Amino acid sequence: MTLKRRQFLTTAALSAGALALPGYLRGAFAAETIQVGALYSQTGGLSVAEKMLAAAVQMAATEINAAGGVMGRQIEVVVEDGASDPKTFAEKAQKLVIKDKAQTVFGCHTSASRKAVLPVFERRNAMLFYQTHYEGFECSRNVVYSGAVPNQQLGNYIPWIIEKLGKKKFFIVGSNYVYPREMAKVSKGLIEAGGAEWVADEYLELGHSEWAVTVSKIKESGADVVLSNVVGDSIISFYREFANQGLKQDQIPICATVTSEIEIAAMGAEYAAGSYTSFPYFMSMDLPTNTSFIERFRAFVNDPKAISYHSLEAAYFQVFLWKQAVEKAGDFSADAIREGVRGQTFAAPGGTVKIDEDNLHCWLTPRIGQWQADGQSKIVDESPEPIKPLPYAAYGETAENLFCTAEGLDSSKL
Amino acid sequence: MFDIFFIGLSLSSVLLLVALGLAVTYGAMGIINMAHGEMVMIGAYVAVLANIWLGANLFAAIPLAFAATALLGLALERLVVRRLYGRLLDTLLATWGIAILLQQAIRLEFGLSFFGLHVEGLGAGLQNVPVPQMLQGTLQLFGQDLNIYRMFIVLVTAVLAGLTWAVLYRTPLGMKVRAIIRNPQMAAACGIDVKQTNAITFALGSGLAGVAGVLMAGFRSVSPDMGATMVVDGFMVVVTGGVGSLLGTIAASGLLGEINALVAIFSNEIAGRAAVLAVVIGVILLKPAGLFTFKGR
Repeated sequence: MTLKRRQFLTTAALSAGALALPGYLRGAFAAETIQVGALYSQTGGLSVAEKMLAAAVQMAATEINAAGGVMGRQIEVVVEDGASDPKTFAEKAQKLVIKDKAQTVFGCHTSASRKAVLPVFERRNAMLFYQTHYEGFECSRNVVYSGAVPNQQLGNYIPWIIEKLGKKKFFIVGSNYVYPREMAKVSKGLIEAGGAEWVADEYLELGHSEWAVTVSKIKESGADVVLSNVVGDSIISFYREFANQGLKQDQIPICATVTSEIEIAAMGAEYAAGSYTSFPYFMSMDLPTNTSFIERFRAFVNDPKAISYHSLEAAYFQVFLWKQAVEKAGDFSADAIREGVRGQTFAAPGGTVKIDEDNLHCWLTPRIGQWQADGQSKIVDESPEPIKPLPYAAYGETAENLFCTAEGLDSSKL
Repeated sequence: MFDIFFIGLSLSSVLLLVALGLAVTYGAMGIINMAHGEMVMIGAYVAVLANIWLGANLFAAIPLAFAATALLGLALERLVVRRLYGRLLDTLLATWGIAILLQQAIRLEFGLSFFGLHVEGLGAGLQNVPVPQMLQGTLQLFGQDLNIYRMFIVLVTAVLAGLTWAVLYRTPLGMKVRAIIRNPQMAAACGIDVKQTNAITFALGSGLAGVAGVLMAGFRSVSPDMGATMVVDGFMVVVTGGVGSLLGTIAASGLLGEINALVAIFSNEIAGRAAVLAVVIGVILLKPAGLFTFKGR
């Protein structure tokens, strides 16, 4: 309370001071704020998830401002609504970059919206910070990717399923679009390399919820594990149908790459108990930084039950990585940020993260969580340290043979 | 073989569940009710709210949802639909607008969210309804493990279809409705109160949608936009079956559900969906009035 009062007094004093100043000096004071964009869906089908991401970005900006801003300047977050529609995302990105002259925008959640805004950022040379785990196969010099790529979700996951769970026959399911299909491609390589086999690879239309046929196929197939790349609402009906057809997680576990705390809460935790998900961050991580993060976020959005998950954490810490990049380069321009952000590390709520020097993706620590009856995960496996992001892992990219380099994509290797 | 038949049956029952209410409003009254999916959604939310606030389980939510959506349907008919009879495109637009209003009403918690108030169970997020213990898991029948919840849906759908048939063909109200389907002016001339009959019919169709919503809530997530995709499937079934024919709607849902299951099992889910649409197109091309039609004079 004292802090709030003091903040109020400071603001009041500054405003009064500013009003008393001559016009040209007031202009100078106004220029002290630095505008950044937050481009997320505030309306439409995706708004549930994306509003939270926008809130995480605003919270980070508020915290940075309270600590003195970036190079002495206060951050002003301009929130724009992508309305769950890629075309609107592109229009709003243009508005932010051209009209508001924002050199940095935090935003987008789906790959569809990111692909739609990419030309705007590349043509106008501005930076996009994108926090969601995605399918890779992209290497833009105008995007900093703070979420996981397939090698950070699957590289440890598939071998662990084969060795630790002793599973030999995979049934792969997904929603019918680029992310699940790319994830399936990476998985198949890893499954075969681990000496196991995959018996089927099935997809359901995005947003559909009729799983009767697919689940009965899983039952008939003789598979001993299900790898799920299902996204959105369909996840809930999938886990429910799975349980209702009598399949047990302790016999045929669902190992997922998208199912997060959000979907678990929405389906009813008992349906997921015993299944697994691979993510670099879980809400249950027992770290002082994480506990404090969840507390602050709940207070910020004024919802004592707000849920934290991988993309939310990444949406938050990417703002701090941006701040460090600006401070290192001493400039707010896109070129300065691009060079400044390389190699930046930050103590995020879930542990240390680092932006890669080459491909502007993020070094993250792969973790495997097993869902419990209370809707939280128990971390059953954890990489000892963060691993290098390889967005082209599905096409043979390795740490020694990079496809995506500081100069951009080396297309001769594809 | 039996398991494929059963999956088809359960797909059919889900289709019929949504289409049944439409068969009454669209089939009998000729109103393209785009808000029908939202009636399903409201029914699902009644189940969510009844569980949170009254501790009522799924069974108790069924009559509650029927009552709530039937009343809502009655109000809609009185306020909007009644003024638009015979104007097909206008009803389509008006009910579509109502659909958007209903979605936003739930999403914005009837406007309370503007004041920072939150009603548990409403809002833009995903909700769920717990399924009673006795409906979970599987049951051994004919050497197959059958999903109890699916069997419950099949059963309830059959009962609802039976009731709807009885109302339409064995009650004075049904006789009036059927007379209005054939020729509204002549029915009115014979002394039937067309306005009142239409209002009751619309309420009945909406109530059926509400019950569908409760059952849907048991196997999928509940969200404000869940109704939008369902209404398309519903119209598909009614049009394929033949407008105005309850038997046609039942037959069409059975046909489309079984084809979907068959193709999906031997190929995949996406091919199954494509096959259903192909059959619908084929039926409309060959029999523009649908599978079952009555002979008009």
